[in-house]
Amino acid sequence: MHLLTRARPRDPAQVLFLALLGLVAAGWALVALDGGQFLTLESVVGIQQRSAALGIVAIGQTLAILAGSLDLSVAYLISLTSLVAAEIMAGQDGNIGQAVAAVLAVSALVGLVNGLVITGLRVHAFIATLGVALIIKGVVDHLYDGPAGAVPESFQVLGYSRIGPVPVSALLWAGVAVAAWFLLSRTRLGYRIYAVGGNEEVARLSGIRTGRVIVLAHVLCSVCAGVAGLLLASRLGAGAPTVGTDGGYDLESIAAVVLGGTALAGGKGGVAGTVAGVLLLAVLDTLFNQLEVNSFVKDVVRGVVIVVAVAVYARRTQGRPA
Amino acid sequence: MPRPKAAIAVLAALVLTGCTTDKPTAATEPAASAASTQDSGTGAQSKFFVQADFDAQLAMRSQTPEGPEDRPWEQAIAPKMIDTAQYKKDGPYHLCFSNAAIDNPWRQVGWKTMQAEVGLHEEIGKFTALDAEGKDDKQISDIAELQAKGCDALIVSPNTTATLTPAVTAACEKVPVIVFDRGVETDCPVTFIKPIGGYAFGADAAEFLTEKVPAGGKVLALRILPGVDVLETRWSAAKVVFDQSDLQVVGVEFTDGDAAKTKNIVSDYIQRHGKIDGVWMDAGATAVAAIEAFEDAGLPVPPINGEDQQDFLQKWKDAGLTAVAPTYPTYQWRTPIIAALRILGGEQVPETWNLPQPKVTGETLGDYLQPDMPPLHYALCGCEDLPGFPEAWGGKKS
Amino acid sequence: MRRALPVLAVLAALLTAIALVNPHFLEPAGFLAFLKRAAPLVILAAGQYFVIVSGEFDLSVGSLVTAEVVIAARLIDGDESATWPVLALLIAAGLLVGLVNGVVTTKMRVPSFIVTLGMLLVLSGAVFLWTGGAPRGALSEGFRVFGRGGLGPVPWSVLILVVLGAAAIRLMRADFGKTLMAAGDNERAAALSGVRVDRVKIFAFMLSGLAAAVAAILLGGFAGVSAQVGQGLEFSAITAVVLGGVTLGGGRGSVPAAMAGAVTLEALFTLLNLYGVSGALEFTVQGVIIIAAIAAGAVRLPRKPTPRTGDAHAAS
Repeated sequence: MHLLTRARPRDPAQVLFLALLGLVAAGWALVALDGGQFLTLESVVGIQQRSAALGIVAIGQTLAILAGSLDLSVAYLISLTSLVAAEIMAGQDGNIGQAVAAVLAVSALVGLVNGLVITGLRVHAFIATLGVALIIKGVVDHLYDGPAGAVPESFQVLGYSRIGPVPVSALLWAGVAVAAWFLLSRTRLGYRIYAVGGNEEVARLSGIRTGRVIVLAHVLCSVCAGVAGLLLASRLGAGAPTVGTDGGYDLESIAAVVLGGTALAGGKGGVAGTVAGVLLLAVLDTLFNQLEVNSFVKDVVRGVVIVVAVAVYARRTQGRPA
Repeated sequence: MPRPKAAIAVLAALVLTGCTTDKPTAATEPAASAASTQDSGTGAQSKFFVQADFDAQLAMRSQTPEGPEDRPWEQAIAPKMIDTAQYKKDGPYHLCFSNAAIDNPWRQVGWKTMQAEVGLHEEIGKFTALDAEGKDDKQISDIAELQAKGCDALIVSPNTTATLTPAVTAACEKVPVIVFDRGVETDCPVTFIKPIGGYAFGADAAEFLTEKVPAGGKVLALRILPGVDVLETRWSAAKVVFDQSDLQVVGVEFTDGDAAKTKNIVSDYIQRHGKIDGVWMDAGATAVAAIEAFEDAGLPVPPINGEDQQDFLQKWKDAGLTAVAPTYPTYQWRTPIIAALRILGGEQVPETWNLPQPKVTGETLGDYLQPDMPPLHYALCGCEDLPGFPEAWGGKKS
Repeated sequence: MRRALPVLAVLAALLTAIALVNPHFLEPAGFLAFLKRAAPLVILAAGQYFVIVSGEFDLSVGSLVTAEVVIAARLIDGDESATWPVLALLIAAGLLVGLVNGVVTTKMRVPSFIVTLGMLLVLSGAVFLWTGGAPRGALSEGFRVFGRGGLGPVPWSVLILVVLGAAAIRLMRADFGKTLMAAGDNERAAALSGVRVDRVKIFAFMLSGLAAAVAAILLGGFAGVSAQVGQGLEFSAITAVVLGGVTLGGGRGSVPAAMAGAVTLEALFTLLNLYGVSGALEFTVQGVIIIAAIAAGAVRLPRKPTPRTGDAHAAS
């Protein structure tokens, strides 16, 4: 049921930032009771480091979901691009430019394939991107059986350095987020993404070339995954064929996006909510880490938080006139 | 239907272009592809194979370890002791542990054993452990976070070798670091603890088969995954042994560690070859499934190797199998705690702490079979004397 | 049924290709062994079909299968007399999980993709929290017979598959099937014409939970306790259903076609295995074939009188 009303994207995001503040306060109290300190410099840096890669993927995923699609291939694409980056760099400073260009090209191409399969061959996004994910998995597993390539020290700045309490990786994330925000709220393409996601038929009738919009959204989504792959390569110092799937970036990025109040059906939501959603997951993670909660409890809590959050959003939208 | 065909053609073209650009110029050799044929059918040697390590590990099997005989987790084979006086300090100590994951029974048994070991020592004031959940990136953050917690010593069980090296190197500058299970590509840790290793595991199993399977017999090799260093060494050692034998390796298959898939693969091979004369496995978790495939086909179970898990040992005894169980003992999870305390006490420790790696044979089966323990429990946990045994490990008091 | 034609063609081609390499495959024993192997996925696909045709997703089935097997092992703990009560409990647990999925989806208006993703996390976390990380206990022989044994030459799992398959077909021909289809095709129109949409959707989720419970009993029986038993089954089941020509988004497709999709997928796995496609590239071939098969089905759509738009939507 798509509503033509373009919900103001600020709504859920505001709620979520409040929830985030609440969580930080609660976390601070809990950890203090446990005899520790929650917001040390290390944990603040940790929260950002932990969320940067997921954050960047989730921004891309937001674009795909807003356009009424979704992308399950990002996790494998991240592995692939981390390998492409590390292999081309091969430890040489001079190769960084080439490597970044190659990563962007490869990821854009994958996005293009995703988009064309969905729009041209009319395969549902779920299956299309799952299929592309399998294809990439096969290629990566066939060519690599362990970490490969080497990232030069100078490029590892991206993964390890920080300016005061803000890591470079978080700045990169912020940059991507601002760019996506600008795209969505200030450009025609952004408007079209909302329109196509809101109601594809109406968008088509009002003269939007819907296929092209969906393809572009997928290209941007994949490029974001490629950037995340670069970031992870710089963290690991090498490319790794399992870094994307180990991180569960596919389902986790979708979870972060909907946690951020973006409607899975498309057309409603925005980047701010996604940023808040990713931060919320990262703060939860850090809190669990500090309290040494085991990972099984973590899964249960995450599952409940995501469903409850979306249920709350659904209740809020229900209250409004449709 | 012209349109679908055209669509498929377009798709195929897209995929093909995708594949070629994906391949970076300096692509690594694909390891051990099944296509290459040698007489023994074992394929090309793994790129992980290092002859010197292989020789060293095989030699270590017959060396007598130093240390108390009834406490193998304190023993070391041919230790080269190093001085640790620089790390000496007074307790109570704060020990920290960055764990790669606790996502399989082997790690769970080990983790419980380590926690119980910590409980034995009053001088440990605090023990902080973070679970990286199998994610390299998280473990890198975890190690950074632990350094800020004022640990007196840091224990690391790395998720992968190459990618964790920078994080461990950084940690070495602040605290004494102890690495165990999988290594890192730097010698900055004070000590690296491991059982003899994967080559010894793989060779133990393969040598057993060459002994028990009649000449020319067909052997099926089952592996979990390609590309995991600790598993690649097991297979590459077995390959060396099989290549020198007169056995015929009819297949090398990957099971993903999944019991159903293992059973299906073995059934397929039985069907295709009529008879399989031996089964080599790089890990024991799915050994029982492989055995059941023979039982369900109404065939006698050929010589096979498993690991020291109770379900396999039980099956071995009940069905009277010709079997062997090389081990990768979980008691190695006790050693890092002991090592940390020795280092902080200024005592000498081995630079590389090679723990003995016994194998369970038909003669010793009775010593390791513990019917009251859960089926996935590892017999060589060295945990029988620890407080909380057997309940904490899921067992029943007998 | 016309939507099912591509999958039947693909299936026939795959079966022929298998038979060419492995003549034994055409003998009754060989084919029964294949069906036995396929049974859990086919049953899961039938369950998933109900959910998908009603316009929803169920991503929780894989972790539900794992949870059920682990629960069974811990509760039975090798005790034969516990077999039947535990079997009943597993069925009830499957239905309950489906009920929760369905109620949260319909009454709280959370997209089923998210509900079942949350359920996936909760189930996999909770069950291992309960068992301390690894499976404990053991299954009894009585439990394992369903996945391992047979009635004469016919495996129990094939018999169970036939019974459940027939029941699913009956169910879709009954009123329930029609209302489910209507609810998936156009929820609002169905509601206006008096269909209790929420109720049929909840029932569909319960059927999927039931299918997962049965699949767990068969898989646990076949190969024993394992923490990985359900891994990735949700994606395989959804892929199978879609391969059968069932449209994500609801309202189109039939249950036999969905089950045929599952058999096709299993045949594909068998074939790739037989031809010894290098372990890893198997996934690439699988991905290409899935996209191609579905695209082949989808591009014929515009010929139909009412082209269905909005297929690209993840959920509605």
